[in-house]
Amino acid sequence: MTATIAKRLLAAIPVLFGLSIIVFLMIALIPGDPATAILGSYATPENVARLNASLGLDKSLPQQYLAWISGVLSGDFGRSYALNRPVIDIVLERFSATLLLAGASLLLATVFGLLAGIVSAVRQFGFADKAITLAVLVGISVPSFWLGLLLILFFAVKIKLFPASGMVAIYGGGGPLDILHHLVLPAITLALVATGVIARLTRTAMLEVLRQDYIRTARAKGLTERRVIFRHAFMAALVSVIPVIGIQAGFVLGGAVYVETVFQWPGIGAMLVNAISQRDILLVQGGVLVVAASYVLFNLLADVCQTLLDPRLK
Amino acid sequence: MSGAATTSDTGAGTSGKERRERPSTFALILNNRLAAAGLAVLGLIVLAAVAAPILPLADPNATDPANRLAPLLSEGHLLGTDALGRDMLSRLVWGTRVSLVVGFSASLIAALFGSAIGLVAGYAGGRSDQILMRLIDLMMAFPYILLALAIVAILGPGLVNALYAIAIVNVPFFARNIRGITVGLARREFVDAARLSGKGPLTILWSDMLPNVLPTIVITLSTTVGWMILETAGLSFLGLGAQPPQADLGSMLGDGRKVMFTAPTISLVPGLMIFLIVMSINLLGDGIRDALDPRLRSGALARPSFRTKVAKGRRMPGEDVEGADLPADAGGGVHPPLPAGNSPARGEIDGSGTSAAADLPPCGGDARQGRGGLPGTNTSSQTATPVLAVRGLETEFHMGSEVYHASNGVDLTIRPGECLGLVGESGSGKSVTAMSLMGLVPSPPGVIAGGRVGFKGEDLADAPDKRIRALRGGAVSHVFQDPLATLHPLFSVGDQIVEAIRAHQPLFKRAAETKARELLDLVRIPNAAQRMKALPHELSGGLRQRVSIAMALANDPELIIADEPTTALDVTVQAEVLRLLDTLRRERDTAVLFITHDFGVVSEIADRVAVMYAGRIVETGATDEILTDPAHPYTRMLIDCVPVMGEPERRLDAVPGRPPAANRLPPGCAFADRCPRVEADCRKGEIGLEDERGSLAARCLHPLAPGEALAGGPIPDGAGSGRPSGREVSP
Repeated sequence: MTATIAKRLLAAIPVLFGLSIIVFLMIALIPGDPATAILGSYATPENVARLNASLGLDKSLPQQYLAWISGVLSGDFGRSYALNRPVIDIVLERFSATLLLAGASLLLATVFGLLAGIVSAVRQFGFADKAITLAVLVGISVPSFWLGLLLILFFAVKIKLFPASGMVAIYGGGGPLDILHHLVLPAITLALVATGVIARLTRTAMLEVLRQDYIRTARAKGLTERRVIFRHAFMAALVSVIPVIGIQAGFVLGGAVYVETVFQWPGIGAMLVNAISQRDILLVQGGVLVVAASYVLFNLLADVCQTLLDPRLK
Repeated sequence: MSGAATTSDTGAGTSGKERRERPSTFALILNNRLAAAGLAVLGLIVLAAVAAPILPLADPNATDPANRLAPLLSEGHLLGTDALGRDMLSRLVWGTRVSLVVGFSASLIAALFGSAIGLVAGYAGGRSDQILMRLIDLMMAFPYILLALAIVAILGPGLVNALYAIAIVNVPFFARNIRGITVGLARREFVDAARLSGKGPLTILWSDMLPNVLPTIVITLSTTVGWMILETAGLSFLGLGAQPPQADLGSMLGDGRKVMFTAPTISLVPGLMIFLIVMSINLLGDGIRDALDPRLRSGALARPSFRTKVAKGRRMPGEDVEGADLPADAGGGVHPPLPAGNSPARGEIDGSGTSAAADLPPCGGDARQGRGGLPGTNTSSQTATPVLAVRGLETEFHMGSEVYHASNGVDLTIRPGECLGLVGESGSGKSVTAMSLMGLVPSPPGVIAGGRVGFKGEDLADAPDKRIRALRGGAVSHVFQDPLATLHPLFSVGDQIVEAIRAHQPLFKRAAETKARELLDLVRIPNAAQRMKALPHELSGGLRQRVSIAMALANDPELIIADEPTTALDVTVQAEVLRLLDTLRRERDTAVLFITHDFGVVSEIADRVAVMYAGRIVETGATDEILTDPAHPYTRMLIDCVPVMGEPERRLDAVPGRPPAANRLPPGCAFADRCPRVEADCRKGEIGLEDERGSLAARCLHPLAPGEALAGGPIPDGAGSGRPSGREVSP
């Protein structure tokens, strides 16, 4: 098992390497003089020259990449021009908030998505199935930035149950319970689409599995229907649903950008939007690299879980 | 396999009909109420957006500070005004126009480039495929929206750049889907033919491949276009898309957010519009996918239920007394144990014309003697009441308006310790019959429409679910055909046997494990203790089937239903498994219903045989008698399919022709079309299962006399040579 995990880890290295090249090329791809593009057309010539030098733009691309990647590997992503702080500090600070939000959403989406999918499959064509199918369709069609506003208007403004924004209360907050209180609305908003997708695919996977011969065997053994569904069918369906959950991790990490903007959650998505608007390229670069790398790791985790569950995949 | 196989067999008759009645894709979409609703809503929205310039709308950009934040339904402003006093209705329509144009353009660009990449990669194969697909994988390694943000970061904010960004991040979906299809197509004959005819690769891609991948492109497009509209709106919402004064729905929503608490409608209305657009597209997309996906169309994804549905007005067999109400047991009681060679005329004994003939005689002890069976078992089985007494069983498959009669009035009787071989070609209904007993025929589409399943005096078709569950794996167990498919792939075999034990016996896990190990020993699996932990795929086919048998024996069943248990195994393993099953059932005096298509296997294990054709028993009798001198021409032909050592001249061709479609059974004998002895009267009216000589009963107007060969083919003399010789027949 350890060998399997090690193998998957090794396989992730070229992917991470490829990601770093793409992220690096972001600067090279910027049309015109990168330094001017980064600093804007009103930048002083001195600043442009200094940036060009600090970016090592006088060297060849491979040399630039080497210089950049060795910096990244030692934790040096450069400095943010707009915030005048090391990129790595900002990114890590922001990313932890995003990870909390995305993790909570993914957890919600997984639990409710699986449940809804199972119920839907077991009651195929019944009322519950139709209701869930429709709810799923609504869920994956709702713009999260709009849903967030609706939730704020209702839960924060109208019935004042949850706060409208931020991660902690401005005055006298900060404990885990306070964070949880602030987390509820954004996590639900972010989880909705992923829940729908997971529910949909769980339903399909369950229906596929329920037709298999080994389900008939399980029934022929005289097992209770609950055991047939939740053990025999669900475990087999889970094997094909896990990669979907891994992919949803990506949608949640990316989709966090809307939710963070709406709820002013101090995450990396909201930071990236600002950085893009301000053309703070090094910050964008660092943020994108960290989020993309974490997505690769999420998928790796899904992969390992899948292998643990289905030893045939070894 | 059995259920599925039979379903597909009966499905053979549908293709013609389907072709005739298959509705057009468009009709299918319209039939889907949700999809039709989606189409209607989307149509209205698109119409409004297209007609925006000629609609009587205010100038969307005309500000009116005096009249800012007017509420809904205020005069002249149906949807109110925004923070600058601009008419919301007008802005909504114009914004929708922009959003739709941008969203659809992005989709088309993504579809165009993605499909091109997929086509080229799939068609070219080799290194180009490798490189292109690695790049695509790399793109997909980024979280979707993050990649779009990165692209906007490079290109700079703006509506067109947002459009490009969304298009680019969607390219991989198309590339992957299209490549998958193309790879399959590139190996097909028509592509080779095109290549040989001298067409260049571009021409082939354009004229031969593209038309074939077009449905996939349409499906991918219909499922992603909603997303793309949503995401472009999202980028605008973040301020990275449409820049003022240009406005799409996303940027309207983003702007409106600033006055969200004072005038919520300004942000909610554009959001609602985005939702309506995306929802209607998704509804329509689902409809398109369902209409284009043949699996969904045929209902193949229907979920089989816990138990076969039993029709409310179940047809009951005539004035049959046995089966349900024991001890009035016709099978054992009416037929007294008979001395060898003295066979009764059964028609009279049973009293009822139709089902009488169908009643299976107790196999004479003489038949067993021929097989060298155990005398003890034989005597007990002759007198004992039947374990199983099926009467007039009718199992149907209801697909759409068609009804397939898979099992069409079947009678079966099995006594303790007895093995009945149920023989027939695939599609004859033998598996469906066997699976009906414990309600294991998938419903939908299966329905038990008539008959009784008498198990020791109890009608199982009537029994409550709880009772069925107690019997399944308890008193009645199953062994299925392909143990790789029928054992759960993720659980160890020990675990699966333990589960079977604990479903019926109140044992702790440890005790059940000991018992499971003993069972594995019993079925002669070496190293049972270690094999307990093995997963099914780690065992050989023979070992797997032994595991299935061990599982079937777990709770000392009185009846084992074995559905082609050796068919998936190779010949030597097949013989071992057969021998094992035979020994075990003799040792334990277990009744066995053995389903097979192979008379060779029947001769190894069955005491009696029932031959099925088109859902009916066409001949029954003691194994030896049937093997030596069958009365029904169909049985004769089936037997002739079995190769015999030392008789190379024997014909091995399968029975020519095909069985009739189970939804269009002809009147009279269903075998008439394939029968060399067919005469005009064969095609008229019901033909009963009449007694022939010895223990034989056949559903045939022109049965074969003993030793008589079928016309039209050389039948080796005696046909049964090399087998245990049958008794003297006294007609």
